[in-house]
Amino acid sequence: MLSYAIRRLFGAVPTLLLLVAVAFFMMRLAPGGPFDKERKVPAEVLANLEKAYHLDEPLIAQFVRYLGNVLRGDFGPSFKYKDFSVTELIWGGFPTSLTLGGTAILLAGVIGITLGIFAALRQNTMVDYVLMASAMTGIALPNFVVAPLLTLVFGLWLSWLPVGGWGDSWTQGILPIVALTLPEIAAIARLTRASMIETLRSNYVRTARAKGLPERVAILRHALKGALLPVISYLGPAVAGIITGSIIIEQIFSIPGIGRYFVQASLNRDYTLVMGVTIFYGVIIILFNLAVDLIYGFLDPKVRYD
Amino acid sequence: MRQAFKRLGAAMLAGALILGTAVAANAETVLHRGNGAEPETLDLHKSTGVPEANIIYDLHEGLVVFSADGLPVPGVAESWDVSDDGMTYTFHLRADAKWSNGAPVTAGDFVFSLRRAVDPATGSEYAPTLAPIMNAEDIIAGTTPPDQLGAAVVDSRTLKLTLKAPTPYFIGLMAHHISWPVHKATVQKFGDEWTRPGNSVTNGAYVISEWVPQSKIVAKKNPNFHDAANVTIDTIVYYPTEDIDEEFKRFRAGELDMTYTVPTDKVKWAAKNMPKEYRNSSYFGTYYYVVNLTREPLGTDVKLRRALALAIDRDKLVDKITQGGEQPAYAWVPPGVAGYDYQQADFAAMTQAERDAEAKKILAEAGYGPENPLKVEVLHNTSERHRRIAIAIASMWKKTLGVDMTLTNQEWKVYMETRDAKQFQVVRAAWIGDYMDAVNFLDLFISTAGVRNDPGYTNPKFDELMAAAGVNPDPAARADQLEEAERIFLADLPIIPIYHYRNTTMVSTKIQGVIENVLGFHLSRYISKS
Amino acid sequence: MPLEPTDEIAGRSLWADAWARLFRNRAAVASLVALGIIVALAILAPYLGAYPYDEVDWDNIQTAPSFENRHYFGTDENGRDLFVRTLFGGRISLTVGVAATLVSVVIGVAWGATAGFLGGRADALMMRFVDILYSLPFIFFVILLSVVFGRSILLIYIAIGAVSWLDMARIVRGQTLSLKRREFVEAAHASGVSPFNIIRRHIVPNTLGPVAVYVTLTVPRVILVESFISFLGMGVQEPETSWGALISEGVRGMEFAPWMLVSPCVFLAVTLFCFNFLGDGLRDALDPKDR
Repeated sequence: MLSYAIRRLFGAVPTLLLLVAVAFFMMRLAPGGPFDKERKVPAEVLANLEKAYHLDEPLIAQFVRYLGNVLRGDFGPSFKYKDFSVTELIWGGFPTSLTLGGTAILLAGVIGITLGIFAALRQNTMVDYVLMASAMTGIALPNFVVAPLLTLVFGLWLSWLPVGGWGDSWTQGILPIVALTLPEIAAIARLTRASMIETLRSNYVRTARAKGLPERVAILRHALKGALLPVISYLGPAVAGIITGSIIIEQIFSIPGIGRYFVQASLNRDYTLVMGVTIFYGVIIILFNLAVDLIYGFLDPKVRYD
Repeated sequence: MRQAFKRLGAAMLAGALILGTAVAANAETVLHRGNGAEPETLDLHKSTGVPEANIIYDLHEGLVVFSADGLPVPGVAESWDVSDDGMTYTFHLRADAKWSNGAPVTAGDFVFSLRRAVDPATGSEYAPTLAPIMNAEDIIAGTTPPDQLGAAVVDSRTLKLTLKAPTPYFIGLMAHHISWPVHKATVQKFGDEWTRPGNSVTNGAYVISEWVPQSKIVAKKNPNFHDAANVTIDTIVYYPTEDIDEEFKRFRAGELDMTYTVPTDKVKWAAKNMPKEYRNSSYFGTYYYVVNLTREPLGTDVKLRRALALAIDRDKLVDKITQGGEQPAYAWVPPGVAGYDYQQADFAAMTQAERDAEAKKILAEAGYGPENPLKVEVLHNTSERHRRIAIAIASMWKKTLGVDMTLTNQEWKVYMETRDAKQFQVVRAAWIGDYMDAVNFLDLFISTAGVRNDPGYTNPKFDELMAAAGVNPDPAARADQLEEAERIFLADLPIIPIYHYRNTTMVSTKIQGVIENVLGFHLSRYISKS
Repeated sequence: MPLEPTDEIAGRSLWADAWARLFRNRAAVASLVALGIIVALAILAPYLGAYPYDEVDWDNIQTAPSFENRHYFGTDENGRDLFVRTLFGGRISLTVGVAATLVSVVIGVAWGATAGFLGGRADALMMRFVDILYSLPFIFFVILLSVVFGRSILLIYIAIGAVSWLDMARIVRGQTLSLKRREFVEAAHASGVSPFNIIRRHIVPNTLGPVAVYVTLTVPRVILVESFISFLGMGVQEPETSWGALISEGVRGMEFAPWMLVSPCVFLAVTLFCFNFLGDGLRDALDPKDR
């Protein structure tokens, strides 16, 4: 297992290099540049700007320069937010996104798996229908509807909680966490239920029950372990996504996370910031998918890597 | 994580200090301002946007500043003399102008800063605004070294600026932050990081004390500011408010004292239900459609353009769609420029029924009809407002003229590229003035304006008048020339003006001193909170 | 055991059985009927409303639902009839949903099952490819597509197709890793069944449970991705619309014009519920263990 993990980590290097190369050239193929404005910049000034950011060099030279800088840990200055470097922006916002997203996914995991087990054990009863119908509603209502609804009801009409902001009071975290958690609870509960039903019918759980193991042990130790596989597969990329922030949640609640950079940096053609968040996200995706693969081996001893 | 802890530590320390001094001091006055977007930079020579300017005007002070009602008034300069030919300005600096570190603001600071603004190495996008100063254009183009700029120190409190031609709006231009000073030692020491809290040394009413990107910028009163005695707000917090609906909610929940704007679809509600807070003032800008003059048939037929311009019912548009009290525009230069008579196209005086009738007649004469409808393609960038306006205009053109209009919506940067490459038939555009002069608008369409001249407009007569006005030392004669230029321009209709902007904001009833003005800047030093 | 000849017969009866079972499931049948009605409404939209979908009713800008003026669902901020627009919106949203489901089931399941079953280097290569696609800046991908396709609606399907199968592949691969060591797979292996047939007959049917659920998660997600692409100005162009676009326009009116949000939300939710029950029904009908 350990040697597999180490091999995978080494394997991540070429993956990341390929990611950097594809992202870099794809980005530069897109029309528009960082200094395009409605208020036209005179040609001489544009030339000055491009020179200052080395955008006047041939693309391949820029790529080599960028790669060299990245290997030295320098992700460059942001083209849009000129007073900050890409590293500062990402490390400045990531703790916020991690706090929010981490809390949300933890809550969603615990609540979602519990509800999923409940529904599976009472398959086709009223409890099951009610739980799954509310889960479906959670999935059907998009974030950008739920979040403004929460601020309207709890922030403005009831005045129980702040409408937006971050860092002044812990109460500012409640609504965004709720908005992030709801759809994830729904997804996790549905996945857990489906695969739980399946494993409950499978031979080894039947055997465990037949052997006279207490129901709780049979369910938790045997059935749940097998049932968690698809949930874990789902959680890998889901956790990576949620801890790197959500532009919708951040804009609606005025939260200084990094989720907005994934969208805005692209729209602004903020080349260095786009590359920065792409690499950052790539690393996180690779790490979490590795973690998922390792957890497979723990949940199901039959899963082996060779 | 480390940063978060540091912030927490600082907050606790600040809390302790407040506890310690609370008994002695009066409660601190804090102004919470919704500020639109995260500033791209607070470097006043590099910044271009309004959110940035709102903060910069609080942190810095130029020779000339905006008064509460938006007029240029003496700032660091207590007075100035203009030579008879209008080409030399001598500014006398006030003795008590100081940087936030206590050092005096000198003429040398201004010379350093103006050179920095036009230096190609700075990469300033607004540098061309300084073009009236001698040699500025050549320095920006890189053909002349920055020290050749027409800016000289007479003595530490006297600054002399030499212009290349008489410029009646020069004092107004000096109120723009591109001409304002930065602290030389700080800029040289910290480079791009000089604007950060802790590094930043400024000469305005406030100093920056905290900057959490995408969350807030905090500025504290500067005790060294010469007019500090009259500054009543102790702390300003600027919030980037990207989601304007949420900004509006935060204002109503009492979390903000002032908003950046009001969502279009809430304007009517706000005007009716919160009349004391709702502010609507005229704004120095025009919303318009550009016609690509290099494309058949619209580009080559002024009559067709006229028909399209006639058939837009602007009153209905601003009443039912934009709803912000905008002024229907039949002109290019917005009203309110001192010494310049508001020019309007001849059809401004007609009723909409008369306009529609003439438009129909033009189209019929040109051979367009139900079997052969005129096809128009309108390009706009992604935005709720542009989308709604385009849909409304499509409906008017269709109903009145049977025009078949296609809407193309593009993402901002793609839209810019399409627009610059003139790959459009009609494109939506807007222009907001930087300083109160007609040239700021008319300059866009001289034949040498390059990519800024979206329609590709060339009219030698227009160019000639603009060139003559540019060197005319007599303000009245100059205004006549500019007015005539605009009349020619409006008759050619390379653009279809739609409305003049209004600025809508919400201001809490606790706030005093926010006076309506055309440029829309409200310096915090004039504001008080009860 | 004469495996080969009976295989074909078993194959046919499996599908026949499945259909029969599906039609005994009342929730699934009701969903099928409801979906049929929604599809019919979307197709017949131009004949059902009192107004064309792109007409501005200048006397009724953003007015509440009313039978008097025959705006049954009210009007939007441009005075256009929301009844007709909601029905029209279904065209794009339903086809996007179906296209994404097809792509994610066909490519995602095949890719995941193959990677998991083959294991080793092939698995590593295939899954790293998924990781890279996952991490690429999606917006640039869409921008490039928009440059290639211009105003064409095709762009939405390609963009959504490209991303909708990635999660599915990961989930199916995870299941396969565990399934391929089970007794029945090893038995098939030992009796010489080809890897392709093992994947087809033994692996894929056993992953259907999570696949069915994941499809019901994918459909709403891509319908919203579509609205995001349109919001960026690269998807549906006015006056065309979609449920996602209608919902994002309706959100702003939440407080003062809730009808703008309600009708597209209800249509979207009902459709998702139907997809969900249908998915569950299909899963049960195809489940090899229930036979």
